[in-house]
Amino acid sequence: MGLFVNILLSGIVQGMVFAAIALGLVLISRATGVVNFAQGAMGMFTTFIAFTLLTHGLGYWPAFVATLAIGFVFGALVERTLIRPLQGKPALNPVIVTIGLLIVLEGAAGSIWGNVARGFPAAFSQRGLVIGTTRVAFSHFDVFIVIAVAALVVGIVALFRWTDLGLRMRAAAFAPEVSRLLGIRVGRLFTLGWALAAAAGALAGLLVAPLSSFSPYYMDLNLVFGFTAAVLGGLVSPIGALIGGLVTGLAISFVGGYIGPDLEPLAALVLLLIVLMLRPQGLLGAAEARRV
Amino acid sequence: MTSVPTRPAPVSPNPGGSDHPERGLRGLRGLKPLGRMGDRVRLPAQPFLRHLVFFVLGAAFFYVLTTNVSTYNDFQIGEIALYAIVLGGLSLLTGLNGQFSLGHGAFMIIGAYTLALLQLHAHVGIVGELVSATLIAAAAGVIVGIPAARLSAPYLAGVTLMLALALPQLSSQYGSVFGGEQGLTTTPPAGPGSINSQEWLAWIQIFCALLVLLLLANLARSRFGRAFRAVRDDEIAAAISGIHVARTKVLAFAVSAGCAGLGGALLAFSTGVVNNGEFPLSLSIALLAAMVIGGAGSFVGVWWGAVALVYMSTWSGSLSHQFSLGTSAAAYLSDAIFGVVLIVAILAAPTGIQGGIRWIGRRAWRGLVGTPLQTAATTALVALAPASSTETGEPLGHRVIPLDGPPADDGGSRCRSAPAGGDDRVSGDDSVSGDDRISGDDRVSGDDRASGDDRAGGTHGETSTVRPDPEHEHDPEHEHEHEHEHEHEERSTP
Repeated sequence: MGLFVNILLSGIVQGMVFAAIALGLVLISRATGVVNFAQGAMGMFTTFIAFTLLTHGLGYWPAFVATLAIGFVFGALVERTLIRPLQGKPALNPVIVTIGLLIVLEGAAGSIWGNVARGFPAAFSQRGLVIGTTRVAFSHFDVFIVIAVAALVVGIVALFRWTDLGLRMRAAAFAPEVSRLLGIRVGRLFTLGWALAAAAGALAGLLVAPLSSFSPYYMDLNLVFGFTAAVLGGLVSPIGALIGGLVTGLAISFVGGYIGPDLEPLAALVLLLIVLMLRPQGLLGAAEARRV
Repeated sequence: MTSVPTRPAPVSPNPGGSDHPERGLRGLRGLKPLGRMGDRVRLPAQPFLRHLVFFVLGAAFFYVLTTNVSTYNDFQIGEIALYAIVLGGLSLLTGLNGQFSLGHGAFMIIGAYTLALLQLHAHVGIVGELVSATLIAAAAGVIVGIPAARLSAPYLAGVTLMLALALPQLSSQYGSVFGGEQGLTTTPPAGPGSINSQEWLAWIQIFCALLVLLLLANLARSRFGRAFRAVRDDEIAAAISGIHVARTKVLAFAVSAGCAGLGGALLAFSTGVVNNGEFPLSLSIALLAAMVIGGAGSFVGVWWGAVALVYMSTWSGSLSHQFSLGTSAAAYLSDAIFGVVLIVAILAAPTGIQGGIRWIGRRAWRGLVGTPLQTAATTALVALAPASSTETGEPLGHRVIPLDGPPADDGGSRCRSAPAGGDDRVSGDDSVSGDDRISGDDRVSGDDRASGDDRAGGTHGETSTVRPDPEHEHDPEHEHEHEHEHEHEERSTP
C-alpha cells in the first residue's frame, strides 16, 4: 500500500513536470506548427545559466525570475533567427533545425560546464511530508512543483481565453493570412508564442533539476516524456497538455516502480504509439480530417 | 550507348549506312557516327552497369588507399565505410521516400547484438552473421515502419527519437541475455594468411559498403525507387497511380533499417564489444545530421557524411587543443560544431555537400560552354572514359532492332534501351539551386540520371553536363536556353 501511494504521488509530480514541457511544445506547435525538439535542451541551458547565477551569489528567487526572463528572450531569438526563415518550407526542415539546436546546446553546455552530474538547490525542503505517522514521497518542493505548473497552465489558459492578446494569438495560429489582413502582427505573435514556450521550458528545467542530478543531457528523457504528454493531449490545448502530462507521469511511474526503471522510455513509446494509432488527434482533441 | 574511341570500328565504306540488309547484329556495334565522339562522354546507359563501374572504381580506390596507409587509418577507413552503409539507408529513406528517422542508432544496436549473440551461441560464419544482422534489423524496421507510415514528420521524429532512447535500455533490463552494462564481446574475422587483420576487416567493411550502395543505387532506379519518390512527392497522386502507399513506406523503412543493422554489425567488429555506451542517442542524431550534411538522397553524399562523422571528433579535438580548451570540452565541441553545421546546412544549403558540388560543377560547366576550355575538358574526359564504356558500352541484348526498316540511329536506340529516361535533360539536375526541400534532388518524372550520373567524385559535374540530350547536343545555345527555362520552372513551384 505504501509503495502504491508513493508511486502515485511521484507519478503526479513527474506528470506536472512533463506537463510543463508539453505546454511549451503545445505553445510552439500552436503558433508555428513546429515541434520543438530543443525544448528540453533550451530548459537545460537556462538551468545551467541559473546555476551560474547562483554560484555567483545571486539569491534563489532573483535567479529564478532572471532565468525565466532569459528563457523568454532566448525563445524569441530562436524563433526570429532559426524558425522564421523556414516558413513555408517542408515540415522536415524545422524539425531538423530544432534537432540541430538540441545538439548545439548540449555540446555547448558540455564544453562550458562539463559533463558532470551536479546537484541543484530546491526552493523548499525536499524531505517527504509526514501524513499521520508515515512519511510519504511528497515534499514541500513537490507541492511547489504542482502549484507552479498549475499556475502556469491557468495563466496560459487565461491568456488565451480572456485577453485581447490571447484572442489575437489564437487568430494568428488559426488563420495567419486572414489575421494578417485584419491588421494583426502575426509574426510578432509567433515570436511571443516561442518566447512563452521557452519560459515554460526554463521553468520545467528549474523544477526538474533538483529532483535528481543535472547534466547537459538530463532533459533528453524528460523531453520525450513531455512529447508523449503533448501528443496525448492533442498538441493544441494547454489543458490537454496538463492531462497528458499526468497520464504519462502516472504510467511511467507505475511501470518504473513495478517492472523496472529501464523500461520507462519503452512504456512511453508504447503509450505514444497506442495513442497515435487509435486516436491521432489526442485524448481531448476533436476529430478532424487529417491526411494519414 | 556510348562513343567508344578505342574500339576498332568495323571497316565499312559507309559508317552511317544502317540500312544494309546484310548487316548483322555484330555489325551494328560499329554504327556510331564518328562525328559525335568529341561532344560527349557517356557512362553506360544501363543503370546497373553504370553503378557497377563505380563499384569497381571505388574498390580500386580503396584498395590502393588501404594498402598505403597505417593500420589506424585502416580502422578509420573501415568505420567510414560502415557509416556509409547506415547513411546510405537513411539517405534512401529521407531523400527518396521523404520519411526520416531519429532512431537509426536503435537499428544499429539490433544488428550489433544479433552479431554478438550469434557469435556467442551459434557458428554461422561471417556471411551468415552479417546477413542475419541485416535481416533481423530489417524485420524490426517493418515493425517500426508500419506505425511510422501513418505519421507526419513531427510525430515520426518523436517516435523514432523515443525508439533510440528506449531500445538501449532493454539490454540493461535483460542483462542475462545482453550482458548488461559490459555488453558482449565480438571476435573480428581473421584474414587469410599473413594479411593484417585490421586491413582485412577494413576490406570487409569497404566491400559491404560498396555492395550495399550498389544495391541501393539500383533499387533507387528500379520500379521500387520510382514508387518511393512518387510517395514522397505526393501520396495521393501516388495512390491514384496504383502505388500501395503504406507498403512502399514500410518497404523503405525496412531497407533503411536493414542497412543500419548491417552497419551496426560491422561496427561491432571494429569495436570488439557491444554495449549501450556504443550507441547513445547522440549517435542517432549525428547520423541524421551527417546524412543531411552529405546531401539527402545522394549515394555519393553519404561518403562525405561518413567522413564528417568519423573525423569530426578528431578535428574538433585538435581545434580545442589550439584554443587550449581542455580535453573534456573537445568531445562536446564536436557535437556543437556538428549541430551548427547542420543548422547552417538546412538554412543555407538544404541539398548538402553533394548538392553544392553538383551546383558548382554545373555553374563551372555552364560558364565554359562554347569556350576552348570546354573542348579541352571534353577531350580529356573522353580519353578517361573509354575504360568504363568499352566493357559495358552496349550489351547486345538491349539493342532494339526493328523488324522492318533500318535500325535506329544512336540517339533513338538509346532511348529505347533505357525507356525510363527518355528525356533526361529535363530531369532534376537543376533542382539544387532553386529547391528548398532537403529530401531528394530529383523529380519523379524522367529521373533517369539524377541518382546515377554523379558517382565520379570530383569530375561528376562535368560528366553530367557532357551528357546532353541527343536532340540538343549540337546546339549549346539551345541547351543553355533549356536549362534556364527549367530553372525558372523550378523557382516558380513553391
